Amino acid sequence: MTALAEGSLRPATVEHVSRAAGESRPIGYLVGAACVAISTIMLAPLVLSFLASIKAPTEARASPPTYIPQSFSLENYIKVFEYQAGMLTYIGNSLLVATLTIILCLALAVPAGYGLARFKMPFKELWFIILLAPLMIPYQALLTPLYLTFSKMGLANSHLGLAMVHTILQLPFSIYLMRNAFESIPRELEEAAKVDGTNSWQTLRSIFLPLAVPGIVTVGLFAFIASWNEFLSALIFMNKETSFTVPIMLVSVRSGDFGAVDWGALQAGVIVSILPCVIIYLLLQKYYVAGFLNGAVK
Amino acid sequence: MIRALRKSEGFLYVLPALAFVAAFVLWPLAQLGYLSLTDTSLLGGGEFIGFENYIKAFEDKSFWRALQFTLKYTVFITPLLMGLGFALALLTAPNRPVRQITRAIIFLPVVIGIGSSSLLWFWLFDQQVGLFNRILVDIGILAEPAVWFTKADMALLAVTISITWKVIGFGMLLFVAGIQSINGEIGEAALIDGGNYWQRVWYIILPLSLRVILLTTLISVIGSMLAFEQFYIMTGGNPRGQTFTSVYWIYQNSFISFKLGYGAALSIILTLIILVFSSLQVILSNRSPSQ
Repeated sequence: MTALAEGSLRPATVEHVSRAAGESRPIGYLVGAACVAISTIMLAPLVLSFLASIKAPTEARASPPTYIPQSFSLENYIKVFEYQAGMLTYIGNSLLVATLTIILCLALAVPAGYGLARFKMPFKELWFIILLAPLMIPYQALLTPLYLTFSKMGLANSHLGLAMVHTILQLPFSIYLMRNAFESIPRELEEAAKVDGTNSWQTLRSIFLPLAVPGIVTVGLFAFIASWNEFLSALIFMNKETSFTVPIMLVSVRSGDFGAVDWGALQAGVIVSILPCVIIYLLLQKYYVAGFLNGAVK
Repeated sequence: MIRALRKSEGFLYVLPALAFVAAFVLWPLAQLGYLSLTDTSLLGGGEFIGFENYIKAFEDKSFWRALQFTLKYTVFITPLLMGLGFALALLTAPNRPVRQITRAIIFLPVVIGIGSSSLLWFWLFDQQVGLFNRILVDIGILAEPAVWFTKADMALLAVTISITWKVIGFGMLLFVAGIQSINGEIGEAALIDGGNYWQRVWYIILPLSLRVILLTTLISVIGSMLAFEQFYIMTGGNPRGQTFTSVYWIYQNSFISFKLGYGAALSIILTLIILVFSSLQVILSNRSPSQ
């Protein structure tokens, strides 16, 4: 369970603060009770959704609804996996777009971060600000011109096109993170490489890349989650049923065949859609939290 | 010659990313500006019409209503997210196992998709099959299951509840980091001075967290001003178009009615509004350009 408790952010100082708080025992119990209550509230929607997904379809649409399943069935999952082109098609679409997004983000952000961190160049900070521009311009506003351009280039309704939009979203964060990652590598290592007469590209590959692995993992992790979850541009760009990503397919499940919502299948779909994110978060929490704190405020 | 090459070597690494941003952010922005001055629709058109779209936007009651509703949503949810987020941060900041696990659980919904979470809550709020309704009835808050999405205020409340659940961990985690970076000695000094816990919160933790609070508020405000998915999925803009947000209204004009030129003008107006907040965010951020 310690993996769950995302590493100590700053253990030393915190120890101080909590000791300084000088909690008495009753207050400690009160805090514990509050933590349990809050955790229950936060987990309840996910647990209830999961329980609904394994009810038999008739129970899943019963009114009033049951908390604990009285029946058990995988029918909802079977139904959602057989929905239209098949859930696997949509998962495949989402995975492909997410993978392309990760590749694009890394291919652009790793060299850019390296260049910004390790070289002197004229107007460096101007370039850096331009690279952060997507932070200031909401991508929601750019979707119309992008759609028109992509249509001309044959990129509308394509996985690559959608991945490019997702890359726009993630690029500033990725570059920022990679710049920091490369800046934190000691100068001496680079000097040693220079003495050996290697060029900057070799230095990047043999010395910097291995040391920047945590940063690279974080960039990839965020790119995956952002792309897997992104809704608006997938809704606009992927207008062919077979190229839907998972979130768009879920909305179409909700609309139902004849206007009636298939509640059981919907919850099964919701569970499938959130599972990869939850698993990745639990496994790579250290990277996730570090990246989050690094990129969000500083 | 060699020297010039050396000097531009670093730039070559930055160039691909710069080209990407130029091609897919800056150029589209310029196109957006031009589009907003035309009567382009997906069916054709494209005549230059000057500022007609902007004049139309200022007279468009639906647009103002959407903008107003977005502001109302933002003003409603931001204090809630910040206040609750800070309270949760105070509770979970000390690195003790129970609190760390609670922190991890509160943050969990942040990583799931807003589409998935909106569909999940759409089900929880349903009058017939929704368990949120059943819980409220069982604990005696409601006499019978409520219909959440036929009144604009109820719909706003429902969306606010679902989004609070979804993003409360975001602010909390930033506040936790802020609180943890406050030097323990300051707290101890206050302890020696005889300050109790709430005095320490009020006189030390809160003032020293001010910058983080301000930044988080800006991030949160920008997010709320750009809200779309939660309303698209949960309310569909209803009842009677009362819950359209700005982005939703732009989407509606551009991609449902195909009025691309007009949608572009609305996008430019929204971008300018967002720019005010995001510039503040960049200015407040740690990394000043001179660094």
